[in-house]
Amino acid sequence: MGFERFGKVSFAPFTKVSKFVDFLDEGKIKGTVCSKCGTFHFPPRGDCVSCPSTEIEWKEISGNCELVTFTTIHAAPTGFEEDKPYTLAVVDLEEGGRALGWLDGLTEGDLSIGMAMKLEIKNLPGDKYIFVLKK
Amino acid sequence: MKIGVVGIGHGKFGRRNDVTVQELSFEPFSEAMEDAGINQSDIDATIIGSSPEYHKQRSLPGVVTEYIGMNPKPAFLTEAACASSSAALYSAYGFIKAGMFDVVAVIGVQKMMELSTPEILALMGRVGDVQWESNFGTTFPGYYALYARRHMHEYGTTEEQMAQVAVKNHHYGVKNPKARFQKEITLEKALGSAMVASPLKLYDCCANADGAACLIVANEEKTKKLSDTPVWLEGVGSATAPFSVLNRPSISTIPSAVDAAIQAYKMAGVEPKDIDLADVHDCFTIGEIMAYEDLGFCKRGEGGKFIEEKQSYHDGKIPVNVDGGLKSKGHPVGATGTSMAYEAVKQLRGDAGERQVAGAEVALTHNVGGIGQYCFVNIYKR
Repeated sequence: MGFERFGKVSFAPFTKVSKFVDFLDEGKIKGTVCSKCGTFHFPPRGDCVSCPSTEIEWKEISGNCELVTFTTIHAAPTGFEEDKPYTLAVVDLEEGGRALGWLDGLTEGDLSIGMAMKLEIKNLPGDKYIFVLKK
Repeated sequence: MKIGVVGIGHGKFGRRNDVTVQELSFEPFSEAMEDAGINQSDIDATIIGSSPEYHKQRSLPGVVTEYIGMNPKPAFLTEAACASSSAALYSAYGFIKAGMFDVVAVIGVQKMMELSTPEILALMGRVGDVQWESNFGTTFPGYYALYARRHMHEYGTTEEQMAQVAVKNHHYGVKNPKARFQKEITLEKALGSAMVASPLKLYDCCANADGAACLIVANEEKTKKLSDTPVWLEGVGSATAPFSVLNRPSISTIPSAVDAAIQAYKMAGVEPKDIDLADVHDCFTIGEIMAYEDLGFCKRGEGGKFIEEKQSYHDGKIPVNVDGGLKSKGHPVGATGTSMAYEAVKQLRGDAGERQVAGAEVALTHNVGGIGQYCFVNIYKR
């Protein structure tokens, strides 16, 4: 279905929202909007958390976000051994919702909580994708 | 109808290469039966709390109930990650209250150190939401590190204050023969230890352990018959919070703990100031600091100050984790809930020896599951 291409390691290859990866192929990061009540979901969901409808539409996000918190992982789980240490950041998206990303070209010293950042798609070997955060 | 604790038992936590998981369960179970002055025929059901993914043995309740001699009474597992045995106790409470059982054995057990390093490393990455988070390489300490960084930003909490939690809990662990570690540490050692997930270092993190602990709970009538010094489970609270850190509005608090505590306080008819001692979930040092706030022991944001002022030591406002906490005991995931209950009961019986909080009448336990998605808060009174 394609969702296994999202992330460095994937544990969830099958999902209602596998179209997410098709949009990443187009260079777009999209969340879902409930057609019934208008709730925006990021990460995307095929089932509305508020009303519960299953009619959703896809909506592109700008990538503009604000830094919520971060950490640098030194003790890495399986599949991430070569990457350590890597810095994870949690960001609040302009449109609502939240995302996780790796720092790209930045270190902890460049960060201050509340700063504006940009969420972008990065290609990984093996035809995979991850999100990165830039200034 | 009140629910009371009639028997308690606690095995040694640590690397238990001397036993199977069922043998590990037998220790505290037989200790608890002896404590209560009963045997298997007096017990109506067994509820086991454990995180099954660590064991080679599938379906633990089967092998455990056979070995401890509890066939053919009903038995099953409850799972809520690190709060699995608190979930078991919560269930037992409900069953007894409903009159379905009179006496229930609650066993928290975990044998996690038989796994090889690769097996552990593989499990480590699946603690959070595997669809949206594990694919970025999140880890258990990583999540609490995200909370710590946010708490530091919002309230000025320092790495030193977090390390002070570790120093306290190691200090108290020395007095607990059942703890995995019985060694004091200095603040310098804690602060100088290797970074695991910034800002959390080695000594900010609890260690894995094997272990089991057991509680036998009963209805009011049986409790009064069996115990000269009954301890009553007067308040139980439980709540959940969004599993994904991407869906949790505030990450400098454990919202499930706030909600569970409100329920328990209300039910027991007490306020934070009435608590004489507490066992809280210090899987990571920041966890204890957030617990002080979530439980109302101090104002929101003043958790760092609380430990700095030594308010959670014996001569402070509310002694916390005087059995050494998860930090010294180790964290055999499924057993931690019943281990906390054991300490609460021992203290209220006046039987805690060197660790005794003088005149303890009301004790609280706070057991968080996973990265905050579950919490169970219990209040005991004598």
